Amino acid sequence: MSNRNSQQELALTMPSLSWLITFFLLPSLLIFAYAFKPKGFYGGIVDGWTLDNIRALFNWNILLLIWRTLWLSSAATLLSILLAMPIGYHMATLSKGKRNLFLILVVIPFWSSLLIRIFAWKIVLHPEGILHRALEAIAIISPETMLLYNAPAVLFVMTYTFLPFAILPIYAAASKFNFSLIEAAIDLGASRLQAFIKIFIPGIQKGITTAFFMVFIPAVGSYIIPDLVGGTSSDMICNRIAQKTLAERNLPEASALAALLMLSLLAPMIALERYNNRKKKFAGARNRE
Amino acid sequence: MVIETEVTFENISKRHGDSLVLNDISFSISKGSFFSILGPSGCGKTTLLRILAGFDHPDGGRILLNGVDITKLPPNKRPINTVFQNYSLFPHLTLWENIAFGLRIAKKSESAIKAEVERMLHLIQMPEHAHKYPHQISGGQKQRVAIARALINQPQVLLLDEPLAALDLKLRQKMLLDLDLIHDEVGITFIFVTHDQTEAMSVSDEIAVLHKGNLEQIGSPMEIYEMPKSHFVASFIGDTNILEGHVAQKIDSEYSCLRLKDFPDVICFDDKQLSLGEQVHLSVRPEKIHIDIEKPVESSKLNCFQGIVEDLIYKGDHTYYGIMIGDRKIYLTEHHRRFMLDYKPIVWKDKVWISWHADDGFMLERFDPVDPQELLEGPQEGLADEQ
Repeated sequence: MSNRNSQQELALTMPSLSWLITFFLLPSLLIFAYAFKPKGFYGGIVDGWTLDNIRALFNWNILLLIWRTLWLSSAATLLSILLAMPIGYHMATLSKGKRNLFLILVVIPFWSSLLIRIFAWKIVLHPEGILHRALEAIAIISPETMLLYNAPAVLFVMTYTFLPFAILPIYAAASKFNFSLIEAAIDLGASRLQAFIKIFIPGIQKGITTAFFMVFIPAVGSYIIPDLVGGTSSDMICNRIAQKTLAERNLPEASALAALLMLSLLAPMIALERYNNRKKKFAGARNRE
Repeated sequence: MVIETEVTFENISKRHGDSLVLNDISFSISKGSFFSILGPSGCGKTTLLRILAGFDHPDGGRILLNGVDITKLPPNKRPINTVFQNYSLFPHLTLWENIAFGLRIAKKSESAIKAEVERMLHLIQMPEHAHKYPHQISGGQKQRVAIARALINQPQVLLLDEPLAALDLKLRQKMLLDLDLIHDEVGITFIFVTHDQTEAMSVSDEIAVLHKGNLEQIGSPMEIYEMPKSHFVASFIGDTNILEGHVAQKIDSEYSCLRLKDFPDVICFDDKQLSLGEQVHLSVRPEKIHIDIEKPVESSKLNCFQGIVEDLIYKGDHTYYGIMIGDRKIYLTEHHRRFMLDYKPIVWKDKVWISWHADDGFMLERFDPVDPQELLEGPQEGLADEQ
């Protein structure tokens, strides 16, 4: 590339790059730095460096919290993707008009605030709520069963919230999928389910990878959902960060937790990226087919 | 040899909304034959194939396979496999895995799968490409893999849906020969759907010609070509001159004299035994007509007319002429069996004689008019139409 071209490129990249540096990279680095600062008596930080905040992470409470955060977000991601695959498949086979209708139905929840939607679920899941009563009436649950304030409630509302983020990329991949391959598989003796698993899922792999990130990253960072529908025993990592920041005014420990959260997200992303790159090297651009 | 029937269509009808895609189609296909379903785009041939494969369901009628009704059987339960238009190879699997797919679904043992796949790779002469992916091979090779993948389940019938449409001309001819060889080797029934009459003619034992959802004619390539039943069949398969008129005189029990529109009287062999005054459409193939500068020796069975050369296309092995006889242009082809430069050539505006024997014209059974546009449609438009 000529010198002039690269200069032009730099000029074009500068605005977005400086935006990212100022509002993303520097704050992130600040959080990492705060994690190694002693806590000030009235909130804030004081001079000097310490490893106390890092040590504070290694206690059973925090490890349990991390474990719960990871399994709840993994489960929500898995459920969202499992639900999104047949939905995406179905949408991609619809006529154009019906597809748009479906897309609007998927996107409509975003028109109201997440907070309001979670409150709506609180009403629905409440012991006096419509769902609880209905399930009670047909004797699926006993009156004592709680649909709210526990980990399953958090998982349920998380899956509800993040499902559109899984549907959209999977639908995008599915609409590029060549459905005559499904017929070819059925022609060769496969059942519809076998064709779905062996041909459709590998065919929309890129969409699934995108869906994974689109769901998993915000899921790990869930704060409002466990706060509102979770009980004391279903806190996630962000609830603790909020508690440390707001109630305990312990910015360094909150920063240590936030840094841990960031690192725990970065690790699977790098691993997946590497895996995809390696596969590309071996198989060429075989998804072009 | 006893000819057994393998596939039978009984009164198959299919509608898409208001339009009738297949209208009461009935015919049988004999075991082990190479059978072609031929027709222009939109004639219903692909729908008929999809009904046989099980992807579409007829609104009426049934399909028998070896005497068993399979109309309600789902596609994955039919002993029929398909080579799809544009191959439909699985892009995420190697050629080896593509071919093995059917056996993996059938849960065959690993050693059986290995043996069968190797055998298929040899049949299609591609063992060295086994571990490539579909995007790494050429169109012709994809075609072979698609055939191997379909044959590995040992189907009773192999369906080929316009398998050569995406290939270029040279490759198409080679693939056609290969298909014929593979057919000889595996010995099962091949049903070949195409819009290309030369493809159908060159490999088929029998051809069914479909037009606008109707079965126009069924027969061997020679029957179809020499004895077309309708105007459509006559002009879709090969070129022809169609002359309209009526029977003017019965010469004897075999020959009649026909009075034609815009054309002098013609003597014709009357296999239909028409009576006096009955309407006639006569088809005369261009290669059956001879061209001479001198008047040919008269004979009672020879139709002989003088005309003027209007079109002349020299093609090396033959020349294509358009000769004006009065107001009517007659097309003919003359094959050159001798060294052409030794002869005085026929040139534009020459006065020439054309002639054909009374036996070489053929009377059509049906006189349905044909839209000339339909005969000109290329494969690409055809594909777009039927998908």
